[in-house]
Amino acid sequence: MNVECTLEVNGSSTTLQVAPSARLIDVLREDLGLTGTKEGCGNGECGSCTVLLDGRPVNACLLVALEVEGRAVTTIEGLLGPGGKLSHVQQAFVETGGIQCGFCTPGMIMSATALLEATPAPSDAEIRDALVGNLCRCTGYAQIIESVRAAAELIGPGSGGETPR
Amino acid sequence: MSRHRHIGKARPRPDAADKAAGRTLYINDLVRPGMLHGKVKFSEHAHARIVRIDTSRAARLPGVRAVVTAYDTPEIRIGFLNDNFALKRGKVRQFRDEVAAVAAIDPDIAAEAVDLIDVEYEPLPGVFSLDEAMAEGAPLVHEMDARGNPLTTNELSLRYGHESGDLAVAERASAHVVEGRFSTQLMQQSCLGTAGCIAELDMSGNLSMVARTQIPFLAQRDFMRALEALGLPGRNCRVIVPTLGGAFGTGLDTHAYEYIAIVLAHRTNRPVKILYDREEEFANLSPRQSAEVEIAQGCDREGRLTFRRVRVRQDNGAYASWGATFPTVMLLPVTSLYRVPNVSFDARLVYTNNTYCQAMRGYGNPEVTWPIESNLDELAEAASIDPYELRMRNCNEPGETTPMGLQVTTCGLKECMEATAAKLDWGAERRARRGVGMASLIHVGGSGRIYKSDGGGVIMKFDDFGQINVSYGGVEMGQGLHSALSLTVAEALGVSPDKITINPTDTGTCPWDVGTHASRGAFIACNAALAAAEKARAQIFAAAEEVFPRLARQNLERYRTEHPDYRVPAFDVATAAKADRFELTDGQIVVSGAPDEPWLKVDLDRLLRAIHFRGSRGEVITTAAFYEPQSELPDWRKGVGNMSATYAYGAQGAEVEVDEETGEVRIVRMVAAHDVGKVLNPQTLAGQAYGGLAQGVGYALYEEVRTEQGRILNPSFTDYKIPTTHEMGFPVHLEFIETDDPAGPFGAKGVGEPGLVPTAPAIANAIYDAVGVRIRDLPITPEKVLRALDARRAVNARKQTSTP
Repeated sequence: MNVECTLEVNGSSTTLQVAPSARLIDVLREDLGLTGTKEGCGNGECGSCTVLLDGRPVNACLLVALEVEGRAVTTIEGLLGPGGKLSHVQQAFVETGGIQCGFCTPGMIMSATALLEATPAPSDAEIRDALVGNLCRCTGYAQIIESVRAAAELIGPGSGGETPR
Repeated sequence: MSRHRHIGKARPRPDAADKAAGRTLYINDLVRPGMLHGKVKFSEHAHARIVRIDTSRAARLPGVRAVVTAYDTPEIRIGFLNDNFALKRGKVRQFRDEVAAVAAIDPDIAAEAVDLIDVEYEPLPGVFSLDEAMAEGAPLVHEMDARGNPLTTNELSLRYGHESGDLAVAERASAHVVEGRFSTQLMQQSCLGTAGCIAELDMSGNLSMVARTQIPFLAQRDFMRALEALGLPGRNCRVIVPTLGGAFGTGLDTHAYEYIAIVLAHRTNRPVKILYDREEEFANLSPRQSAEVEIAQGCDREGRLTFRRVRVRQDNGAYASWGATFPTVMLLPVTSLYRVPNVSFDARLVYTNNTYCQAMRGYGNPEVTWPIESNLDELAEAASIDPYELRMRNCNEPGETTPMGLQVTTCGLKECMEATAAKLDWGAERRARRGVGMASLIHVGGSGRIYKSDGGGVIMKFDDFGQINVSYGGVEMGQGLHSALSLTVAEALGVSPDKITINPTDTGTCPWDVGTHASRGAFIACNAALAAAEKARAQIFAAAEEVFPRLARQNLERYRTEHPDYRVPAFDVATAAKADRFELTDGQIVVSGAPDEPWLKVDLDRLLRAIHFRGSRGEVITTAAFYEPQSELPDWRKGVGNMSATYAYGAQGAEVEVDEETGEVRIVRMVAAHDVGKVLNPQTLAGQAYGGLAQGVGYALYEEVRTEQGRILNPSFTDYKIPTTHEMGFPVHLEFIETDDPAGPFGAKGVGEPGLVPTAPAIANAIYDAVGVRIRDLPITPEKVLRALDARRAVNARKQTSTP
């Protein structure tokens, strides 16, 4: 009883057959092989599955794939530039020590990317607000906050932020 | 200027880029061709006889490939005391007991099939607290031990104690004595990546097990016993550790679900994966042990500690894991945190029908540092001595041998406390309802011997391209082991860290290691790597005697072609090319004392090829070393033995503000000062300190697995709160004290666990300083603070009315 579903993921359009109730996270991971989006709870509590929907961070575990037809979905894989170059935010997380076990990292980076798109020079309080839905058990967040600060500097003022494809 | 090229310098961890790109594969992401999905049917009672299990409807569901129970599979005993079973027969002892399991072609069908399994139970009275379990005539959780001997009590047979000096005399002679009762809660490790495994058997019955473990080699032994139970004696088990989404102690035991995956793989002849979802993780994975502690400490008029008495009781839950050995680590702070000449310790564990517990970071240490350091502040008040001053008067020092027999080689506790006090502006005036507190820690810093071997090995393999592959049997779980190891190898060999690849942990290819616990990963791995690197350099330099002169002459010829006017300095390469004169620096072999000429430097990869491709004398360089630290396996009943090669110290301080209307505690700032021996990579080290502290804050203020009659009430992140960016929105100042320990690699001590050890008492002491209430039960919730404030107000009111 599958139905046709056309998704715009990371700048390209794909039509596939999905169960009407299929969650976006499952379609991304199972059907499209985009396993960078992680499932940490399945209840929208941990933020590990954060992707961007029309540039705004959402939990892919709470969305039905059919609901996002025609809207731009960006996953962690979609942040990579030509030749697989890390985005500024990804690069800042690498260089600033914002990564330990890495399970929360893709979701954390997606939330940070959305923040810096909307607010290129955020205060620490704004960074904390933007990441409050992304749980991390390893880092205590200090170096994650530093990473977002570093990313803001890498992107630089007036650049229009980090535009995901 | 540091004499090191790589050690001590901040450098991104080698796995960071893949993790940032979303390319790292965790157990969630791994699939095998033909793989089935396993799912466990858990008990619906805390204590009940199993009357009947009907699996027929589940077995008929299309897509189901196997349904198993203890009644149709061989018995597989598991656990630290062999008191647990992969699948339960006869009765269930806790809500999460595994009564059946299915394997199906997808996870949804497996879940549906589990719901179709009917189990009929006859409920039994249960025991859900220490007092219930210890009461006369209490229902027994286990009627027999693993050997079939009848049991008459719920108390475990494990015994831990310590007696030194004369407590009674010391207590009578004390100027001040303060007693207290403290408790700690069940805590969920809360790895972001949930539990899971893939079991696969080959046609000979050899098992390949992808397991989220911290003890690959002990797990191998455990799983081989399961193969034996399945009628496959002598078959091999290869444990492969995938990238872990955190572990924090959850990997120190093998788990029933892993054995169930093996049983299902054996039954179906297909790879079987079991992956817990978050609710299963909360409800069915063992949390950290709780503890109830009675403590008394005394001091003389000058504030010198006279004695310490600690009695611990722990609700072990229904089965014993390695977590039942928490008291082995409790012994450290009880006997050896500050100088205390007379010590008495006793710890008992009791079976109940609650969820059974397991290890978590700190392993018993926070459970007793909490009462020791809280009670110490009360003692300081009784003696009218500043709590910082009291601690400094009793500070441990290098060269000491403690009552447990710990030999303190290096000790930076004094510096840690000084730094903490200084950064907190200790003694400064503060606004109302603000206060400061501090607490210290001792932990194993040179591994911790709790098994007959406490060692680990490294294999170092050089290829023709100058790449070096390193295999170590311990586990990277996010803490940064591979960062420390690759920097150590690079430093020790004299090559760039870019040339180092740390292989995945696999019992089939890595040398034995006891496991990644006791903050031992980097300490053991790097010490073994230093030895393997030394052997490699010796082999390379010996072979270079033959090949270096030829390569240097080739270099020279090429150089002279390019530089026709070059005047060759008088230097006899053949004579100088002796093993003891070679040096390997920045990936090049040079001869010490040789003129600084480009042709006298040979790239390592070229040299390795020349060593390899020289006819019948060709060789490729592969070295191995096994490192066993200098330490003793203690006598646990007596609580004596130098269990670690060195000890880590630290102090943390907190400034808090308490809202007297709501009872809420706001952390204004914290300081964490740690004696780390030597900083290997400041970036990953800071990660360990910040991360440990955040878990300590969760332990202190927010986290508790709540249960009612054995049922877990809060199996979600909504109801079980771990710190978020908001809770951690205060500044943390880190201070690393380098004591350059002679046993440590480059002087480094283990640093994995200390970060969360003193956090809770530091915060509790600050709360007392702020508003004068002492909370003795973790976590310190607003309700508890409010209740304590109300109680104090009532006492004050009574005092006022009774005063004429």
